[in-house]
Amino acid sequence: MRKVFNTELLSIAQRDPRIFMILADIGYGEIEPFAQAFPDRYFNCGVAEQAMTGIACGVAMEGNIAITYSIANFPTLRCLEQIRNDVCYHNANVKIVIIGGGMAYGPLGISHHSTEDLAIMRALPNLVVVAPCDFAEARAAVHAMIAHEGPVYYRCGYKKEPAVHDGPIDFRFGKALTVRDGRDATIIFTGTIGYNCKLAAEQLAADGVQCRLISLHTVKPIDKDAILHAAKETGAIVTVEEHNAMGGMGGAVAEVLMDAGGLGVRTRRLALPDVNVCKVGSQDWLREQYGLGVPHIVKAVKELLAG
Amino acid sequence: MMAPERMQSYREMAKKVRAHCLRMTHRGKSGHVGSMLSMADLLAVLYLGILRVNPKQPRWPDRDRFVLSKGHGGAAVYAVLAETGFFPKEWLDTYYLDNGKLSGHISHHVPGVEFSTGSLGHGLPVAVGMALAARQAGKKHRVFCLLSDGDCNEGSTWEAIAFAAQHHFDNLTVIVDYNRVQALGKMEDVIEMEPFARKLEDFRWAVQEIDGHDYVQIETALNHLPFVPGKPSWLLARTTKGKGVSWMENTVACHYGAVNDEQLAKALKELEVEQ
Repeated sequence: MRKVFNTELLSIAQRDPRIFMILADIGYGEIEPFAQAFPDRYFNCGVAEQAMTGIACGVAMEGNIAITYSIANFPTLRCLEQIRNDVCYHNANVKIVIIGGGMAYGPLGISHHSTEDLAIMRALPNLVVVAPCDFAEARAAVHAMIAHEGPVYYRCGYKKEPAVHDGPIDFRFGKALTVRDGRDATIIFTGTIGYNCKLAAEQLAADGVQCRLISLHTVKPIDKDAILHAAKETGAIVTVEEHNAMGGMGGAVAEVLMDAGGLGVRTRRLALPDVNVCKVGSQDWLREQYGLGVPHIVKAVKELLAG
Repeated sequence: MMAPERMQSYREMAKKVRAHCLRMTHRGKSGHVGSMLSMADLLAVLYLGILRVNPKQPRWPDRDRFVLSKGHGGAAVYAVLAETGFFPKEWLDTYYLDNGKLSGHISHHVPGVEFSTGSLGHGLPVAVGMALAARQAGKKHRVFCLLSDGDCNEGSTWEAIAFAAQHHFDNLTVIVDYNRVQALGKMEDVIEMEPFARKLEDFRWAVQEIDGHDYVQIETALNHLPFVPGKPSWLLARTTKGKGVSWMENTVACHYGAVNDEQLAKALKELEVEQ
């Protein structure tokens, strides 16, 4: 997915001279085409994420679009105050891009995982929080990110994420996408864990349970209508995210339902337990280990419907 | 030689700024007055003699950018902006109060303020980004950033120092309000920066060290920017915290303490301000 991101960004930057990449010495093998095409719009700050974010903000304050880009939690948590005070408070046109959302860098360990980002980023005013699930969403989200005036947090995947959407998509920030329709229950996901949700929905369909499958690619601003319709029309909602159970997408969906009075809907959150992920393995293996495998999703829906 | 009238105007402006700061922090029962008094002379020269800014058009695209990184001293900038016509002086009376126009730390919601700060270590990276954008666009305006001693404790400041030198941003000038007194103690007891000038020279900046209360020295230095072509400029302005109010000068206590009614009258008298 990171290749999709960089290819798309490069093509937009050919037409839009406002786009700068402000990096912190990460992006080997991916960012070189941009650096070569636009040497006066490409700056490597060295391993210095606070300066990267502050400098990007200064660049953006002058009418440009500045993109910060690094691995997992490097461009968010290390420089969170720069994102809060500099970028979000000034509504600066900075796009914060992470590569390897969730546990995509699996065996590299917790220092290279991003599993608290949705909770923390969505608590910041002015910030759009987006997590594409596949290449189609990733491509569309780059265009939406550049078109949006103001800060965006873009949680990119890593390498060869399989497709979740079968056909063309009408991607807009704040507008969830229905991957497949159903009336028995709804599975809402965000990000690349969507593929496991898709496999689970197919398995459930084979077992006679028709699930509505929703990609909530924009965690903020959240698509309240999609959630409320799902609640009223299917009566059961399971949320799935590759993120700590605290405050993430599932929490955001719960907030919408609570504000609407609860609606009597049956709910279940699937997320990472509130522990430090210390097992060693690939993203797929870690998902299985920490309760986000296809069988976990199938089981959660069945248990919810069994009441 | 410096025109005596200009010298006089700096002196008058600095006196007004100091008086405003004492009154504002007294009314608001707020802190940081020592940090404000410390940089009043620097601000007077900047706003009357150096910065190309236009109070009628605060966002004029070709203005010089001035970023106050020591946001806790914002009241001093508010005072100089009001005195130079960016907004009505009555706004100063609302500083720090309910439904006030002016917050305790500097805010970009106020006309003439380039950027909001308050947490230290934020101003310089942003100023560096502005210098980068100006150079890339071929613009001639300059970028100034005023730092405190505490700002220079922050790692993010040093990250930006290294980057600015790497890219030869000679459209960028840092001024340090080098009063050597921090929130909890004097610099020699907290984090000693000396030899400060040499540190910056080693980081490939062009450095000048001056008396930050001497109008001739301030104006002369800032009229000869960049100090060295191809290098960012670092003006180490030696100042006295609480400058102008005898019992505040060089004390740690004046970082947080505001004046009471009696002290206000006494301080204004020392500054020779009409009450």
